[in-house]
Amino acid sequence: MSQVETVQPPAETETPLAWEPRIIAFLCYWCSYTGADNAGTSRLKYPANVDIIRVMCSGRVDPDLIMIAFAQGADGVMVCGCHIGDCHYIAGNHKTMTRMPLLSRVLQDFGIEPERFVHEWVSAAEGDKFARLVRQVTEQVRQVGPLDWPGRMYRRGVGHGEDLQPWGDQA
Amino acid sequence: MTTNGATSDRQPGKLRLGMYWASSCGGCDISLLEIGEHLLELIEVADIVLWPCVADFKYRTVADYPDGYIDVCLFNGGIRSSEQEQIARLVRRKSRTLVAYGACAMDGGIPALANLKSTREIFDAVYHSNPSLQNPGHVEPQTHWATPQGDLELPRLYPQVLRLADVVEVDYQIPGCPPVGTQVWKVLQAVVAGEVPARNAAVRVGCDNRSVCDECHREKRKVRIKEFKRPHLAIPEPNWCLLEQGFVCLGASTRSGCGALCPKAELTCRGCYGSAGLATDQGTAMLSAIGSVMDAVTEDRANELVGQIADPTGTFYRFRLASSTLKAHR
Repeated sequence: MSQVETVQPPAETETPLAWEPRIIAFLCYWCSYTGADNAGTSRLKYPANVDIIRVMCSGRVDPDLIMIAFAQGADGVMVCGCHIGDCHYIAGNHKTMTRMPLLSRVLQDFGIEPERFVHEWVSAAEGDKFARLVRQVTEQVRQVGPLDWPGRMYRRGVGHGEDLQPWGDQA
Repeated sequence: MTTNGATSDRQPGKLRLGMYWASSCGGCDISLLEIGEHLLELIEVADIVLWPCVADFKYRTVADYPDGYIDVCLFNGGIRSSEQEQIARLVRRKSRTLVAYGACAMDGGIPALANLKSTREIFDAVYHSNPSLQNPGHVEPQTHWATPQGDLELPRLYPQVLRLADVVEVDYQIPGCPPVGTQVWKVLQAVVAGEVPARNAAVRVGCDNRSVCDECHREKRKVRIKEFKRPHLAIPEPNWCLLEQGFVCLGASTRSGCGALCPKAELTCRGCYGSAGLATDQGTAMLSAIGSVMDAVTEDRANELVGQIADPTGTFYRFRLASSTLKAHR
């Protein structure tokens, strides 16, 4: 038996860490972020899978930010704003209300399941609703599994032609 | 690897011009003819050393050119197969300036809409399930074929359409599907005079930096969209903004330079000149814009209006799917 063959591959007993959904939540400053704060001060339990980004208004969330979140590896995205009629900027959330269903249709065309993208209204008093929503979204994203967009795009092969010789090099 | 001298310090003598097509329809080649009688002026100062559409150039001929032989090569079409990537690399090496010419080379163009489908689905549609097709033997293209004369290696189809800039370094981009003749002539004049901007793949030439709405003659009446209409089912009122009338016009998110040709002809802007201003993703830019002008104050009404837009992905990303944030179906 040669020396090379005795070298063992890394032990397979080390199981990798179990996959946990990574969810990005865009919360508006005036209602939903305060609602999430409310959930915290009320000591309500919800999964730690959600990464909160505070924005001044849910109408300020450019759909491209949501696309970028998925493209960079998020498994789910939540957008929460004030209830219709409660917007601090009067009609900011009206933009959210029309853009998000349209974006949801576009995301489905790209193959991103509707379970991964949720938009919901959470007021400053609705800490329990926010905690319930995070539990529900985390569970439904866990059901559909990892998205891993960067890995998928890599495996699809941008840059797969690295082995190709420019024409004329074969001779 | 590549010689990257500026066009202005080229060797004395006639300019050497090339044009190559990859995954494109041929419209870009025709658009070069759109410069009309200026073609005669161009031939005075430039030699065509590569243009498969109009003359017979073998790959071997191009491979035998010294590196940097072609002064300016206009490359149209996206990268769909291994052959196209191979030629793109060859042309890059032989050209001192490589220009991504047209929407396909720049952003994938219409062929990149197939990125929303897998290769399997495309093959099924093209070779099996197409109603006008008879393929009892279920024949599909092969990349390898053995013949008595020898083995054939054929190009393979890539799982998605890539931009030219995804496979080689690009010096300039000329947007448009196809680029408008007057703009092409302006660029060629600048090349002949040696007045080209600093080399930068982000530089788009042959266009302006505003949006199509800035060039459009149609009047804005500051009303919100009450109903979305499809162009083949309704006749637009002349001289009134098409978007306000409910036709999904991409003028607001599209770079100007074409002279608002489509809205002048009562057609909605398709967005072929790519994203305007600082936006990187034309589709979401338009999605944002259209979302803020809908006449909806309740969620039911918003969902109803959104449901009236036919094929939002294909409409908003018609020419730019390969440049979008997500790039392709998962």
